[in-house]
Amino acid sequence: MKLFQPATLPEALDILAGQRAVVPMAGATDLLVHWPTRPAEHDKPYLDLSALAELRGVRWTDRELQLGALATYWDVIADQQAVRELPLLVQAARLVGALQIQARGTWAGNIVNASPAADGVPVLMAYDASVVLQSVRGREEVPLAEFYRGYKQLRRTDDQLVVAIRVPRRSYTVQQFHKVGSRRAQAIAKVGLALTRSTEGWRVVAASMAPTIRRCPALERLLETGADLREPEALLAAIASDTSPIDDIRSSAEYRRHVMARVLFSAVRA
Amino acid sequence: MPSRGTDASTSVAGIFATVHRLEGLAKLTGRERYVDDLPLEGFLWGATVRSPAPRGRITAIRFDPAIDWSQFTIVDSRDVPGPNIIALIESDQPVLASGYVRHVHEAVVLLAHPDRAALRRAAAAVQIDVAPEPAVFDFRVAPRPDQIQYGADNVLKHLHISKGDVERALAGSPIVVAGVYETGAQEHVYLEPQGMIAAPEGDVLTVRGSMQCPYYILKALRHALGRDEARLRVIQTPTGGGFGGKEEYPSTIALHAALLALKSGKPVKIVYDRGEDMAATTKRHPALVRHRTGVTPDGRLLAQDIEVVMDGGAYVTLSPVVLSRGIIHAAGPYACDHVRIAGRAMFTNAVPFGAFRGFGAPQTHFANERHMDRIAARLGLDPAELRRRNLLRDAESTATGQVIRDGTDRRAVLEHALTLADYDNKRAAHVRHNVSSTATRRGIGVATFHHGAGFTGSGEVMLASRLDVAGLADGSIEIRSANIEMGQGTLTVFTALAAQRLGLDPVHIRIAEADTARVPNSGPTVASRTAMVVGRLVERACDDLRHRLDVAEATGNALRRALRGWHEQHPGAELVGQAQYEPPPGVVWDDVHYHGDAYGTFGWGAYVAEVEVDLRTYETRVIDFVAVQDVGQVLHDVLARGQVQGGVAQAIGWALLEDCRWKDGAMVNAQLTNYLIPTSDDLPRIRVAFLETPYAYGAQGAKGLGELPMDGPAPAIVNAVAAATGADPCVIPLTPERLMQMIEWRMQNAELKAQD
Amino acid sequence: MSANSAFIIHHSAFAVEFTLNGSPISVEIDATDRLLDTLRYRLGLTGTKEGCGEGECGACTVYLDGLPVNACLVPTYQVRGRRVETVESLAPARLDPLLTHGATQCGACTPGVAMTSCWIIDHPDLLATHSVRELLAGNLCRCTGYDGILDGITAAMQGRP
Repeated sequence: MKLFQPATLPEALDILAGQRAVVPMAGATDLLVHWPTRPAEHDKPYLDLSALAELRGVRWTDRELQLGALATYWDVIADQQAVRELPLLVQAARLVGALQIQARGTWAGNIVNASPAADGVPVLMAYDASVVLQSVRGREEVPLAEFYRGYKQLRRTDDQLVVAIRVPRRSYTVQQFHKVGSRRAQAIAKVGLALTRSTEGWRVVAASMAPTIRRCPALERLLETGADLREPEALLAAIASDTSPIDDIRSSAEYRRHVMARVLFSAVRA
Repeated sequence: MPSRGTDASTSVAGIFATVHRLEGLAKLTGRERYVDDLPLEGFLWGATVRSPAPRGRITAIRFDPAIDWSQFTIVDSRDVPGPNIIALIESDQPVLASGYVRHVHEAVVLLAHPDRAALRRAAAAVQIDVAPEPAVFDFRVAPRPDQIQYGADNVLKHLHISKGDVERALAGSPIVVAGVYETGAQEHVYLEPQGMIAAPEGDVLTVRGSMQCPYYILKALRHALGRDEARLRVIQTPTGGGFGGKEEYPSTIALHAALLALKSGKPVKIVYDRGEDMAATTKRHPALVRHRTGVTPDGRLLAQDIEVVMDGGAYVTLSPVVLSRGIIHAAGPYACDHVRIAGRAMFTNAVPFGAFRGFGAPQTHFANERHMDRIAARLGLDPAELRRRNLLRDAESTATGQVIRDGTDRRAVLEHALTLADYDNKRAAHVRHNVSSTATRRGIGVATFHHGAGFTGSGEVMLASRLDVAGLADGSIEIRSANIEMGQGTLTVFTALAAQRLGLDPVHIRIAEADTARVPNSGPTVASRTAMVVGRLVERACDDLRHRLDVAEATGNALRRALRGWHEQHPGAELVGQAQYEPPPGVVWDDVHYHGDAYGTFGWGAYVAEVEVDLRTYETRVIDFVAVQDVGQVLHDVLARGQVQGGVAQAIGWALLEDCRWKDGAMVNAQLTNYLIPTSDDLPRIRVAFLETPYAYGAQGAKGLGELPMDGPAPAIVNAVAAATGADPCVIPLTPERLMQMIEWRMQNAELKAQD
Repeated sequence: MSANSAFIIHHSAFAVEFTLNGSPISVEIDATDRLLDTLRYRLGLTGTKEGCGEGECGACTVYLDGLPVNACLVPTYQVRGRRVETVESLAPARLDPLLTHGATQCGACTPGVAMTSCWIIDHPDLLATHSVRELLAGNLCRCTGYDGILDGITAAMQGRP
């Protein structure tokens, strides 16, 4: 294994620019799973981000919340302002794994790991978060809703590093997050749903319903029209348009469709 | 003898009331050393290369030439010195597959190397080529001719129980209720994975590791290695959970480590990764149970016709005994004059199934208790009342014709559970809740059940368990037994029993390592027998020690002085009190006709589960659980309560969460991420109460306790879900996906009916 | 890259300096070591257990800079300059309530449970927002059903034995 341990962000960016296929390592809660049984992974080059002070922390400005790339779920759970103002972040963070994972897992890692069942991504997306990327070529910002091109395909070039996540401060009339797992804690979402409404409109974000986490335009339009929904089944057509759930090791497409309809229905009527 | 009902037990006084788990602090501080914690010099790690296919001839074993194989110890079936068989009930399972495989993950080649990382890469670089043959995976249907691999019909074992004339009684029953019930496999998930160290120590091959039955391993080693016992030694290391998963499987891993140790001449340690452990070792037998029950309109059982089918997997292992216990319990703790139970265990090309806490009874109790509720629904009776009307009274007999005379008031057990659970009020409250709530449904469910303690029939007699208590020169004593501690409290209970018997402080009592070179064969640590049967041997061996000292009444310091004095008089000699198992009088079992006294005694349980079902997600939460049982005299309140709570939690997982997903007969969700056991946040407080009707032939009046708690929760919970939703679930695990299908189907049918 | 750049390329064995159970330590590790491997096999601190290797069971719980984490998911190279505490650092006397109330049976999950339990006991303010059950959910136990552990934590928080 080739391991790079830069002391500064510019050094890290130089390495990313110069080394092929080097893997940035933050909290390691995804990358180290079953590590000893995956010897092929040991042969890759890794870039240890953990010493980069520039990437740490949770910062509030007048306009936004900035999560550094090394900001953990626990950093947000412990942040009183987040509890007050962006409660979905705290709710989602509390449903990630359990305490030991929350203490190490990072929001940025969740984004770049790009699991279709991620917990952090849906709420960030529902809050219109954007991803700040840096490379030796400069800085770029991409709305999270546009960050995924396909399954595990990110709008990121190999030399770019996620350095921060920006979440606009806004007032919301609806904020809900629902994670349907197979048990209360330490569960991978079978259906995830983040729902917000503000002067910017409705945001409906689904997880585990497609190869990527994505906004649901048909559902958002349906909610914008203020249509009177009589029953969960009224949402099925829009759900079919916005999602493509599958049968997998955890659940079935049919369950996902029906449950998303029911959860969303009860959420908008709450 | 009258039962006393309490919310806490009135556990045996004196030492039992004050002694805490003896090894508890060592466990809490991390000082207790399990097999992978032992310091070991100059050893090799061992790994197993397994079949990728469920059935067929091995056509090639290819070693990637990129690896320098000269650095590795390599073992295959040709290296087995004796017969290539893991000695158990039948001689069908090879130590290593020899030219033919019968299940995915069957062990074919073993490797050893000092560097674990290099070993892992090497294991991945061995290819086992198999020419596939038609495999069979569905145990519920008759096999095709090209799938027959055992006997003429793939039936590993047939067993029958017959009482009265069930056909006539059914024909004469005013009402007959039928049902089919299925239970899924279950993985033990002991938190310490399987592990063994085998080391040549001079002329003796010593095996240390995580196990429930040192003497089972000794027998298997003797057989396959062709060595006599003088050159073999098996030592149990502190065992991080077993639940039956370390009853028979450890013989396999012990043999593997032994073969590598013998070939390399070095100590070899094999510790399974969690994924390998889950995928390649035994699980609970899946089962399908059919019921046809004749009843009167007021709910008396007239006839019980039961068929039990179990999936045994690709080798016999313990399937005949699991089936045996399953069918003996299949008709429940009820009085019925006409009973027929036909059981069979089927061969399939699945990874072999094996011992798991409850051992067949949880499967058949699930079916019977779910069926009782179906009968109650059909008759319009409160399910609790149906049970009240049928629970065995003393002098009535079980399905095998065993007359119960133990003095337990089984109705009182039920009433106590219903009272603690506030059953009647909750039922009424649920009706109101379910009418008004759009988000959730609530329900409450009951199960009454029993569990035979100790080995079936003449099993204990055949074991002929022996136990020693040695009096040492420093005035202390040492208990020598092959029964092990795996969390259920053996060390503490044995110590307390001896302390009580001899008036000694626990500090003067040692328990020897379960080392076959030093302890007699007191039998396996299974079947809920350790406290009840072996504990009694501890007491009697203490008596024998005193007898040999010729100090019949001496206790405490007087005894210690007598011991020291004896050793001064007999330097270098051993003073050992002994006891051998004696069966209780009047227990008569006919093994040919499966009739008579199946067990010396039964534990009795009544459990009540309250659930809330989320109508959006179909998730079921258990929001209250009451577990009441009569297991004779409770010896130690905290230990006993802990056993019940742990068993209930494990059974809740089996009922709702633990779903084995299969491909080619092997578990594909072999990760704790995808095979879900309950976390602390998935369970309610489990409220436990004991009624105590002492059993004269168990230590201090105790009966077996460890497995009974596995029998009641699943049916109680599913009965509660049925009450909550009006659905009729008959299959566990009752995952949200299954419940949704069931409820959606019911609603669609209701709509169709409404449209007609 | 500047002449003063501090980034390091490691190919195999190198030393990591950190604070372990209150004392500074330097350990030679391989870049592929997990903290769990370093503790158990290089340092002989076998109190921390491996139950799953995937961060689900919590048997490997240690404190990293005062927070409970799964040592099976921490690359040892990331702990340089940081504080690591293992079960061996827990004062045995404070574990009595857990013993009394049946928090341990087979013991395989117990060191991790002890670490998380003591951490919860040391952070009582969290109970304003979290239940003990939620905080314990990263520690799987197959033997106790958790009530014995919860009773022990409650007793400890109330200063009872």
